[in-house]
Amino acid sequence: MSKKLKIAIIGSGNIGTDLLIKIQRSALLECSLFIGRNPDSLGLARAQEVGVPFSAAGIQAIIDRPELCSLVFDATSADEHVKHYSILRDLGKQVIDMTPSNLGAMAIPAINLDQLTTEQNVNMVSCGGQASTPLAYAIAQTHEGVEYYEVVSSISSLSAGPATRGNLDEYIDTTETALRKFTGCANTKAILILNPAKPSIHMQTTVSAKVATADLDRLRPVVDQMVKTIQSYVPGYQMIVPPVYEHNRIVMMVRVTGLGDFLPSYAGNLDIINCAAIATAEHFAVRQAKIEQA
Amino acid sequence: MKRILISDPTLRDGNHAVMHQLSANQITVYCRAADQAGLPIVEVGHGNGLAASSLQLGMSLMSDKEMLQTARKNLSRSKLGVFIIPGFGTIKRDLVPAIQIGADVVRVGSHCTEADTTARHLACAREHGKNAYGNLMMCHMADAKTLLTESKKMQSYGAEGVVLMDSAGAFLPQDVKERFEVLSQGLDIPVGLHAHNNLGMAVANSIAAVEAGATILDGTARGFGAGAGNTQLEVLVPVLAKMGYETNIDLYKVLDLSDIAEKQVLKTAPIVRPGSIVSGLAGVVSTFSCHVHRISVQYGVDSRDVLFELGKRKVVAGQEDIIIEVAMEMAMKRETAAAAL
Repeated sequence: MSKKLKIAIIGSGNIGTDLLIKIQRSALLECSLFIGRNPDSLGLARAQEVGVPFSAAGIQAIIDRPELCSLVFDATSADEHVKHYSILRDLGKQVIDMTPSNLGAMAIPAINLDQLTTEQNVNMVSCGGQASTPLAYAIAQTHEGVEYYEVVSSISSLSAGPATRGNLDEYIDTTETALRKFTGCANTKAILILNPAKPSIHMQTTVSAKVATADLDRLRPVVDQMVKTIQSYVPGYQMIVPPVYEHNRIVMMVRVTGLGDFLPSYAGNLDIINCAAIATAEHFAVRQAKIEQA
Repeated sequence: MKRILISDPTLRDGNHAVMHQLSANQITVYCRAADQAGLPIVEVGHGNGLAASSLQLGMSLMSDKEMLQTARKNLSRSKLGVFIIPGFGTIKRDLVPAIQIGADVVRVGSHCTEADTTARHLACAREHGKNAYGNLMMCHMADAKTLLTESKKMQSYGAEGVVLMDSAGAFLPQDVKERFEVLSQGLDIPVGLHAHNNLGMAVANSIAAVEAGATILDGTARGFGAGAGNTQLEVLVPVLAKMGYETNIDLYKVLDLSDIAEKQVLKTAPIVRPGSIVSGLAGVVSTFSCHVHRISVQYGVDSRDVLFELGKRKVVAGQEDIIIEVAMEMAMKRETAAAAL
């Protein structure tokens, strides 16, 4: 068996800790360092529990021991990522950015994994971006003259940690940029809603496209194929309202049920971006292994 | 004499009632008359605030910029107010440009349990030297203690006042009293109520709020607003005067304002229709009304059933997309039941 790709996770909140748990299951990845800033965080306790080396020293932990990892997941915040990346770039680390910093090359595994292998900084867009962009892309592939795309995601309040709440503007900006990039349409909008209902709601995302005429017969198989592709790395991704044409718009809606790793299954938002990041890192690991074999 | 600050969102909440189709001419006429009448604050924009023009909620006829520029030109004494919900509007793209056009008052809204999403937007308004208020939406969904905790957060972010929004028009006066007693005791800043009239309680609830310590009230001409509308401004002002509160608004002028509004701004004056009553009972945001009606017709389901189901699911402001899901599910269940017969 080939060597696993060594990964450091920086950020011991919901995203970072969930990544830690997911990596434990991967045949291709190994978490060699888990980094937070608060020595008492739940995330660091979890790392200790599963026997992963951990540190509360922040980015300094990587500066001190750069040989411990070749890839870094940055699960801090958009502002922090900008600082972290300038350090990690100089250290020659490949980075998968979980924050909506809009800095690195955008990765939507169902669309563009093959184009990313040489990127040093890859950005996972946002939870809503991962859920919606592939569907918008499917509409763009089957329809001419779409005037506008809009994406609304509702997530459970409990699934949104402090960094998410402080980064709503960045979420909107990054998600809209991804929609523009992957559909080629200049006019996009992203909306995020936190819902505190108990029991907690599962993440839901609605994609709308304003278009004069819709060809749903052509769209449906493309969407179905896209959903299958996404399900290969996000098992809980499910279409709940297949494409309909209403009020001069194509509308479809998906629900994402999480794997329930760190947060319960309602946190599909956490799950989808993390599953996408794992899929991206595994893709890098496979490529790395091929290079080493050759 | 105790002063009550009246804020008038006729040109913001009323935009819901006309599917966000308010025109430059309507904004001009209303702003001039409101300015004449001495309304302290005139709020203008899409029904859900800055950057809310969308397929989800309805596209505005005018851009945010055009609406605010039009209003700004026609207000001299009255302050120009804007509403922004983080998750819809952003600081860079929406709030700063609105301030540059000349917004004087910024209301930052969140669902009643999510005040921490407003921190940056409130801070931005204060940094620009503007009046900043926090609005907690759908307040019937949280008890007094929770609302106090959330309001304190807004206070700590720099809000100069907190306004509870009864977005579903679900409150009865007793609900209002309980909440405002706790809030006015527990906060260092003024508190206010933005009422909806789904159960015919908007004026009564506004009075209950004032008696429990509120000093800010929202009212709109003829009650122009989402669903059954808001507190009727021209009723609120004289009722407050009769009770010995000062608003600094001239009676005849506010009565004239309401006539002007009815003739030139409103398509129809809001009345409490069955859909709004059910939305008030179900605790569903008033803004859902038009969409629920349209989608229920499309799927051949009873709009009242759809509203009660949405209430059970505890949908919050802005979740209009869930209407399709619920209506479709009901239509499918009915078909399955019919097939089984």
